[in-house]
Amino acid sequence: MAAPSKIRASLKDGAYVEVRMLMYHDMENGRRKDEAGNLVPAWHITEFRVQHQGRTVLEGQFGPSVSKNPYLVFRFRGANKGDMLSLSWQDNRGDSRVDDAIID
Amino acid sequence: MHSCDGVDNGRRQAIKTGSGLGLLGLFAMLGLLPAAALAGIERKAFETNSLNEALDALGGLIAEESTHITLTAPDVAENGALVPVTVESTLTDVEQISILADRNPTMLVAHYTLPEGTDAYLSTRIRMAETSNVIVLVKAGGRFYRASKQVKVTAGGC
Repeated sequence: MAAPSKIRASLKDGAYVEVRMLMYHDMENGRRKDEAGNLVPAWHITEFRVQHQGRTVLEGQFGPSVSKNPYLVFRFRGANKGDMLSLSWQDNRGDSRVDDAIID
Repeated sequence: MHSCDGVDNGRRQAIKTGSGLGLLGLFAMLGLLPAAALAGIERKAFETNSLNEALDALGGLIAEESTHITLTAPDVAENGALVPVTVESTLTDVEQISILADRNPTMLVAHYTLPEGTDAYLSTRIRMAETSNVIVLVKAGGRFYRASKQVKVTAGGC
């Protein structure tokens, strides 16, 4: 199981929430060779979704060109301090994670 | 980066106790599983052999160059494995943002769907195999717009 994602969500100017998140994943692009010279198979996050109290506020799809430990900042409106956010992702091997954060 | 100490242990517990259902089943039940079919694009968009094919798979082969898209990326990236890219747009009703790198083996890097209430602002880090153009495709009000910027890569990251 992958490590928990890091999520920091802060209400800015009382107007919008800025979300910074880091999903721990090697994001192997299928082109790297290991020490023995064998290709390491592609293994990367394919989809993620961020929900604010059940409402999707961002979703995305990744290919192998996203950097290791995908990092993303985005902004959305209509939330308050103390509200719960959840970030879920799944990878091309069917592994997945769900992590929560509280807006501060 | 802040650690996420505020995570809800209650949910972890729920996942643990719900393992008889199978994790995927439980996530699906909670409505937490990302579903590509819902609003995303077909996976084949990530398996194209040319930039035009990738743009076509996104529906944005015909896109207007727009000054309402601000694409921020370094002029020179010393490490192609971690190239910071920020996209911001003043276009209204932005629904989708896609990031591409035109000389990567997989040109489509990421595709985002932005519901109403989410700002046209994304900042992320991408891999670039060699010196090439970062291209941003934005769908707003049903139409496609694009912007691009060349990034010189001194050590490739693919």
